[in-house]
Amino acid sequence: MNCTDLLGQLTDYFDDKLSADLREEIRVHTAGCQHCRVVLNTTRQTIEVYKGTEIYEVSSELRERLHSAIMARCLDSKK
Amino acid sequence: MPAIQSPGTEEIHPDVELVARAKDGDVAAFEQLVRQYERQIFRVAQHITQNREDAEDITQDVFLKAYEKLEQFQGNSKFSTWLVRIAVNESLMRLRKRKTSKTVSMDEDVQTEDGAIPRDFAEWRPNPEQLYNQSELGDILRRTIQGLPPGFRTVFTLRDIENLSTEETAEALGLSVPAVKSRLLRARLQLRERLSRYFGQKKEGQTT
Repeated sequence: MNCTDLLGQLTDYFDDKLSADLREEIRVHTAGCQHCRVVLNTTRQTIEVYKGTEIYEVSSELRERLHSAIMARCLDSKK
Repeated sequence: MPAIQSPGTEEIHPDVELVARAKDGDVAAFEQLVRQYERQIFRVAQHITQNREDAEDITQDVFLKAYEKLEQFQGNSKFSTWLVRIAVNESLMRLRKRKTSKTVSMDEDVQTEDGAIPRDFAEWRPNPEQLYNQSELGDILRRTIQGLPPGFRTVFTLRDIENLSTEETAEALGLSVPAVKSRLLRARLQLRERLSRYFGQKKEGQTT
């Protein structure tokens, strides 16, 4: 496995959808390639930090306003 | 009536009954569906358009459309995926009207070639959440995701923020599974590289 092959497998690797053989190939490659090891680690961190941070908060005030507006428009459309 | 099922299970999704009742004119059932998904639809719209007012308008439009077209929902996908699909279409349409964002064709093929291998490969440790307070971190994450082309931002939002599966994301965007995977890879790598600049610098600043 080379660096380009590894990138091509990255999505399935993070989704845990790779065969044991391919996972082993990735392990062997990253053990000897610092570049890929860093890319793999920091890409995983990128996903985790986005998953763990609420970047657009929806306040309860906004939610209530939005909810009332949605229901008013839906009910109005029936008339 | 066809059942809405989670992939690989026989369990009937609780939305099936609510949708059936809403189709029969039960407004309370529809309101419950709105309660369940309004935050998600708002977040999807805000991530794609990067604009709060647009996201509010789009969220209202999505549920109004869903309400008016409820009869057309056949239950072949999850109700939430159907709503997300409407939200993505409305959001991209809004972006096209604004014409202020860099656009990428949704059909553009993304190659995983040598050129895609990120140049900046600074390691960041410890975790960025320990280096920044919540509002600083939020600013950085907002700024970096804003810089992505809308096509990549949309795939990343659905897969990694809203936790849709690759298959659901493909369905919501009308893309093939390989196209979603390819865009997701490019989006993740671009974000990783942008974040490296912040977190690598911060780490250096702390250790020197």
